[in-house]
Amino acid sequence: MTALAVRELQKSFGGLQVTSRVNLTVEPGERRLIIGPNGAGKTTLFNLITGELAPDGGSISLFERDITRLPGRRRTHLGIGRTYQIITLFPRETLLRNVTLSLLGLSPLRWNPLVRLDAQAALVAQARGVLARLGLEALAERPVAETSYGERRRVEIAMALAQAPRVLLLDEPFAGLSIEERRDVLALVDGIPRDVTIVMIEHDMDVALDFAERITVLHFGEVVVEGTRADVVAHPRTREIYLGE
Amino acid sequence: MRRVALAAALAVLATLPLWLTSTYYVNITSQILFYAIFALAINVLAGYAGLVSLGHAGLFGIAGYAAAKILTGGHAHAAGIAGALAITLVASAAFAVLALRGTGLGFVMITVALGQIVWGVAYRWISLTNGDNGINISGRPSPLGLSLATPAGFYWATLVVFLLAVASMWVFVGSPFGASVRGTRDQARRMNALGYHVWMIRFLAFLFSGFWSGVAGVLYLYYNQFVSPQAVALTASAEALLMVIAGGTGTLLGPIVGAGLVVVVKNVASAYIERWNFVLGAIFVAIVVFMPEGLVPGFLRLVRRS
Repeated sequence: MTALAVRELQKSFGGLQVTSRVNLTVEPGERRLIIGPNGAGKTTLFNLITGELAPDGGSISLFERDITRLPGRRRTHLGIGRTYQIITLFPRETLLRNVTLSLLGLSPLRWNPLVRLDAQAALVAQARGVLARLGLEALAERPVAETSYGERRRVEIAMALAQAPRVLLLDEPFAGLSIEERRDVLALVDGIPRDVTIVMIEHDMDVALDFAERITVLHFGEVVVEGTRADVVAHPRTREIYLGE
Repeated sequence: MRRVALAAALAVLATLPLWLTSTYYVNITSQILFYAIFALAINVLAGYAGLVSLGHAGLFGIAGYAAAKILTGGHAHAAGIAGALAITLVASAAFAVLALRGTGLGFVMITVALGQIVWGVAYRWISLTNGDNGINISGRPSPLGLSLATPAGFYWATLVVFLLAVASMWVFVGSPFGASVRGTRDQARRMNALGYHVWMIRFLAFLFSGFWSGVAGVLYLYYNQFVSPQAVALTASAEALLMVIAGGTGTLLGPIVGAGLVVVVKNVASAYIERWNFVLGAIFVAIVVFMPEGLVPGFLRLVRRS
């Protein structure tokens, strides 16, 4: 059984083909890295997998279930979690409320207009637990707008992890972080249990290559190289794309 | 402190007709209360869902017209009120389905168009609405044997409905569903990625807003015992939206303060100044310049700073 299978996926914006017959198979528990220059179609691929964009052709399966036509929110309920390259949090709310909203997204309680959210002790305790796991418990009551960039990156991951996803898509989780912060976030990602399959887009090769078991190189919307770290680094197409040889 | 202030406000409101000897001011306060309900209803969308409606007078007016038609058809007050609210809910659902095809400016423009359609029907479909002459009703209900014919009786009935509206908004805002609505305002994309049905959340918020707009519309009808196209005009929608913006969007107290401000200026200033709209406009400009977040949040900011 594969965790995530993308077959012949296509997407174009007008005359611009941004995803061209992409095939991707990720095994359960695998750590997959997706690399490629700017404009290679990496984030578009994530948006197609999560349902934020509808593909023009091809199919997407999650644990052998075809999810190609499912709306994004249903895919989340089936176990896809994601973070965004551009931090997408609720800036007016506290960190605790951000994570609570994440937990609420999968709970039938989200439709309830008659009870106080603050009085949902189990939900709030669970949110505090997630923040503690990411070392953010001391900031629980602080509004997102009053936190640092690095802390927001961790909240992004906290919100995704709070939903206990089966497949986690991390879109440049190290972007804009200092060396120390990168180390912290990498330790965090490394600590995610193996029952969570991780697909990561990252530009920082030093950090990402150590993390990945298999690497997929995208270029102009196409998969040009795929293999182990050694295979990809040694491949002439990788050198050509990155070094212009 | 907060509870003491709330208890004092409740005591003042509950006893107001006993110490306010002029029926004129009792009536003004009744107006403030039902316009506050209307402003709170708009605030559900504009403040908490981030959807600015400029067509809500359409829903307010639909409730007034529906109740007037049912009552003039010889039916009981209970049937008139229930029928009007049911029709308003159906109209709200239709408004929502159409308006939620857009967000931001698109949503505003669709609600303007929908409000104008209602105004056109009210103005031109004379066999249904009596056109420019409007519809008169005779008498107010007497729930539990209490007559609402007097200014004080009507005021207390409006106060009870107003308190119910405020309580329902308070529960709504603090509920998981209220948090979901605010989430769709701040990060609709993220909410979808977190598993929320963004469209349905907005649709239900619209229905809730439409319901309370309808309640305000029925109170307006009983207050004036008359409804005309003026009630559904674009200016009525804009005026109610200004109540929300002036008082402070996304707060419970803001729309109430805004409603008080607009109703007082309209009724009191117009007695002394012919061009009272100028006064209202100048006040809004001052609010936008000095307290762009609205009177209530602006005042709180000043208190915190001092």
